[in-house]
Amino acid sequence: MMQSEKRENPFLPEPARIVRQYDLIKNHRFFQIRHVDMSRAMSFTYDPGQFLMLSIPGVGEAPFSISSTPSRPGILELGIRRTGKLTDALFRLRDNDTVYIRGPYGNGFKLDQMRNKDILIVAGGLGVIPLRSILYYVLDNRDQFDRLFFLYGARSPEEMLFRTEFFQLKERTDIECLYTVDKGSKDWTEEVGVVTKLFRHLPEIDPEHVNAVVCGPPVMYKFVIQELLKLKIPKNQIQMTLERRMKCGVGKCGHCVLDHLYTCIDGPVFTYWDTLHFRELI
Amino acid sequence: MKPEYFRTFVESLDKFGTLYGPVYRNGVLTWDTPESFDDLVFGGEHTMIPIKKLFHPPRFDMFRFDSDGFTPDYSSIEKRVIVGVPPCEIHSLLRLDEVFMEKPVDPYYAKQRENSAIIGYSCLPSENCFCKSTGTDIVEEGFDLFFVDLGEFYLVWVGSSLGHDMVLVHEDYFDDNVTHDDIKKYIAWRKKRDGMFTKSFDFRSMPDLMELSYDSPIWEQFAEKCLSCGQCTMVCPTCNCYNVTDIPDVSDTLSGRRERHWDSCMFVDYSLVAGGHNFRGARADRLKLWYTHKLRAYASEYGKPACVGCGRCVETCPVEINVLTVAEALVTMEVPAR
Repeated sequence: MMQSEKRENPFLPEPARIVRQYDLIKNHRFFQIRHVDMSRAMSFTYDPGQFLMLSIPGVGEAPFSISSTPSRPGILELGIRRTGKLTDALFRLRDNDTVYIRGPYGNGFKLDQMRNKDILIVAGGLGVIPLRSILYYVLDNRDQFDRLFFLYGARSPEEMLFRTEFFQLKERTDIECLYTVDKGSKDWTEEVGVVTKLFRHLPEIDPEHVNAVVCGPPVMYKFVIQELLKLKIPKNQIQMTLERRMKCGVGKCGHCVLDHLYTCIDGPVFTYWDTLHFRELI
Repeated sequence: MKPEYFRTFVESLDKFGTLYGPVYRNGVLTWDTPESFDDLVFGGEHTMIPIKKLFHPPRFDMFRFDSDGFTPDYSSIEKRVIVGVPPCEIHSLLRLDEVFMEKPVDPYYAKQRENSAIIGYSCLPSENCFCKSTGTDIVEEGFDLFFVDLGEFYLVWVGSSLGHDMVLVHEDYFDDNVTHDDIKKYIAWRKKRDGMFTKSFDFRSMPDLMELSYDSPIWEQFAEKCLSCGQCTMVCPTCNCYNVTDIPDVSDTLSGRRERHWDSCMFVDYSLVAGGHNFRGARADRLKLWYTHKLRAYASEYGKPACVGCGRCVETCPVEINVLTVAEALVTMEVPAR
């Protein structure tokens, strides 16, 4: 497949191989994939917060957040919940099987306004998948950012994604990790309750100096944003990444439209300020 | 150009590509290939399905796939000359260009555009036309040739180099000397046409009214009538939404085709995502999306409404939800009875 052909047809999926995969929790699997074309794999880059369109021929195509960081090139990581036809088929694939991808798409997080600021990452459930990209990006470029706070809430200890990985992060001194689950268990030593309960453990912050990034189930936004506003973080310094139905990724198919914006090209990252103009956002 | 030359001229255009135009198929006027000049319907009624079907087909194969991956399928693209295109349809293609030709360019649409000549033809408003309100009753661009039918003669606008080549084939048919009298006749025709519009709406007042009426009960009232049938989106010349589906070959599940087909924001699953969350499960939300998009959102992006005033939604909607009734309700705050 020629590069020129790819440029000419933005819908043309490129082959990629599943390098490694394992279950994160029940029905949630971690995939490492790499373009079959090695030079393409090594030169492929993206921004934290962008997404891919992933195809399985004969089954279909859907958008998936990239969970890896561009600071670690060569491998693309996805965290996927089994929840439909395409993901059913994906979960049946094995290592070294081929999938097809195109992208990266979307705007990604607003890194320019985040540099040299305190970064507050707030994740709920599966929302941690796209935020893991910015989390590792900040950790890999630690000198470009000020303090880093990572707040993550899951339903139960068993449903916490990347549990081992995230508990290892707690040993680092350059990040403050705060975890909670709705329902604890006897070996759970962290907070119990909804994710907003974690805010009281935060040290004093200068709200103008903070950039918050949020992702979680639709019900979570309202409560998390209330907390962020209580802290007086400016509305355009609260970023969230949104989910929508998408069929093209490049602003043509219409499905992800929000007013005159398309989630796929103008998002998926929007600020809270944006959502005040576009009332359908959250 | 004299009317008696028109037939021969149109017939001569087939050297520039396959001829398409408004023709009757199974009793319905549609864009298709005529068997002869006599099949073509000029300057009269609208086709039921707008010209978008020739550029953004209701259903086509984007790719073939097999175990080696995906291969683009451009087999439906051919050189075409589309005749009898009214101004509103030319405007609708310019609107679709804003979506499909914006980078990254949609290669399927772009190739159809590049390979199609547009021969416009003037028309007189029918009962449901309101293109004067949307500023789409005249064209300045988007055609290769445009014929204004003034009865005694055609006033022919040449809009492109290709259009000029077409004129050169029968140069003797055309008279480039435009007299004062000709201009007078043209002005009189315009005046007559302008007086024929029976429907209108104030588009300029729509964007801010849409914004202010976001929480208005009129949406719920319209939603109670709406059947979610999606006909408005199918007949709308500027609706571009589509869905993509893989269709495996019957004989071999490893090979098949990836098909693109029209979708409608009126359908309940339009904004449904995996896991069952539906961002627009309510009919009122979907109706509001369509009208916001047509009357406000598109305008704030491109400076003009996405509506070209063709009146197809007025003709088609079985429960009288259309640009005119919605615009009226936005002003009066009441859903028209009828």
